[in-house]
Amino acid sequence: MLVWSRSGRFLVWTVAALLIGVVFLAPLAVILAASFAAQWNGALPSGFTLEHYRAAGTGASGDAVFASLATGVAASVLALLSGTWAALALRAQGPAWSRTLGILFFVPSAVPSVSVGLGLLVAFSQRPLLLNGTTAIVILAHFVLISAFSFGNVSAGLARLPPDFEEVASCLGARPAYRLAKVTLPLIAPYVVAAFGLSFALSMGELGATVMVYPPGWVTLPVAIFGLTDRGDVFSGAALTMILVGVTLTLLIGLERLPIAAAGRRG
Amino acid sequence: MTAAALGDGRTATQDLVRAGAASTVGFDKVSVAYRGAVVLKPLTLEVAAGEILAMIGPSGSGKTTALRAVAGFVRPVSGRIRVGGTDVTDLPPYERGLAMVVQNYALFPHMRVADNVAFGLRARGAARTLIESRVDDALGVVGMRTFRKRYPRELSGGQQQRVAIARALAVRPRVLLLDEPLSALDAQIRRSMVEEIARLHADLPDLTILYVTHDQSEALTLADRIAILKDGALCAVGRTADLYRRPPNRFAAEFLGRANLLPVVIEDDRSVGGMVAVRAGADRLLVAGDGAPAGTRRLLCVRPQHLTLTAELGYSNRIGGRLRQVHWQGELTHLVAEVGDSLVRIVATRLPALPERGGAVDMFFAPGDASLIPEEAGV
Repeated sequence: MLVWSRSGRFLVWTVAALLIGVVFLAPLAVILAASFAAQWNGALPSGFTLEHYRAAGTGASGDAVFASLATGVAASVLALLSGTWAALALRAQGPAWSRTLGILFFVPSAVPSVSVGLGLLVAFSQRPLLLNGTTAIVILAHFVLISAFSFGNVSAGLARLPPDFEEVASCLGARPAYRLAKVTLPLIAPYVVAAFGLSFALSMGELGATVMVYPPGWVTLPVAIFGLTDRGDVFSGAALTMILVGVTLTLLIGLERLPIAAAGRRG
Repeated sequence: MTAAALGDGRTATQDLVRAGAASTVGFDKVSVAYRGAVVLKPLTLEVAAGEILAMIGPSGSGKTTALRAVAGFVRPVSGRIRVGGTDVTDLPPYERGLAMVVQNYALFPHMRVADNVAFGLRARGAARTLIESRVDDALGVVGMRTFRKRYPRELSGGQQQRVAIARALAVRPRVLLLDEPLSALDAQIRRSMVEEIARLHADLPDLTILYVTHDQSEALTLADRIAILKDGALCAVGRTADLYRRPPNRFAAEFLGRANLLPVVIEDDRSVGGMVAVRAGADRLLVAGDGAPAGTRRLLCVRPQHLTLTAELGYSNRIGGRLRQVHWQGELTHLVAEVGDSLVRIVATRLPALPERGGAVDMFFAPGDASLIPEEAGV
């Protein structure tokens, strides 16, 4: 215990509560209130309506929910596959190679997302790599931006995995593919699931690169929210934001239960 | 279980499942290096079929590296490794037909006990009926049948160790590799597990076992032969009792049983019944000769428990010293005496009364309980 005295602990808890309340909860509370507001002319909203949510469930807003979910799942699955593959491959290399190539994997996450979008737009606007105006370039942009996080999570899981498990499996006759499927992946499952969750959450909230590359008919939630608020429809934007938060949180909580179940069987 | 129990269409790997015949292990000048640093100097050693060979040595001696080279986890920079007469140096671990038990057991935490034991057989594509039968047999051998549905986290350390052994035995390995399998257990359970492994080998006399440990008592209890390694090199190898009674060098004497070593000079090399006279300070002693001529300097090796404080029948050699330490430990009393510039340890099982520290003490031992070893430095 870092703070021993009762008054000291009270002070620390108060500061923490204030910080969490002001920095995290207050903005969300304002958006939540706005999403149900019929009007907001004073300090507080002056009417309650579900109209913004009703509108969000239909038409363009409904399409945005689907586009975001589809993009998030596709990009996260791709990022997870490539990140896991890269982490496994780099682990087999020497530490120097592993470190160098590992840093390369993180380069896209250090570049502004708008620049990533711009780069993809330029790179894939000519045949034979013409992806401009397709859904694929949105998924590709998300994949580029989130793959580093998948790689990082899986690498961390592999680094914490004692070599004994795989060595014993190998000695018992397990070929590499069998060993990977039955031993390695189950043992790092919590990290794999966390990697997917983080990638999905990042993809769901991605705006910078998406606004540069999204084609007509594939408007993601953040782009739709940006468009609505840009046009002054703050309440509809707030409703879509809450839907985005709800969908993302639901999936993350669901994913969180998977590693807990796996860990429950561990020693 | 017979080979007929295997399903049809066996592959070469599946054939390993039925392999259970005793296999030899051969190291032919095997050397291992990590990034240029040699951790195992050229090692030449043969392990007979059905034998337990214990490899012991301090940390960094290369014993685990030698074992890992047999398993295929490290690749020798030179030399060849043979298992059952087959050169396995270039084979991956999963094609060597071995099994291994490691220090922390490495039971797969997401699998139940039965699935852990079945792992190797499933990996080799064995038939379901064979797997069920083998799992049952292996768990029966280690007395863990009733635990088959448990997860490893629901077992004690000793039980996990038994499951790890069952998992290794289930594949009928050509050679069982044990890498400090008991070092994670507390002393009491370790003692009982040593006895269990000894019983296991008595039940499976064809099983060749390479046993790596830093615990000399495990090696002395279990091994048919012991190989002592130091600084990546083989320092001594021999049958357990021989190595204990007649250590070939200083390191072997001190590491295996913590022998007392006293500098002596051969006074009379005329052997009488194999015994020669040596002088240790003022004392003249009779010990088994090693063929060296009179005047040669040697180290007299005598075990702490072979020394007594009373002249008993046959204990004709006497060394005089001064008692420095007395540690009563219940059934044993450890004493340390100063003899010239050397310290001599005595382990007494019965003493009528505890001797006084600082007093003169006479220590007696039988000529047959001592040996002479070269005085060279290094080993």
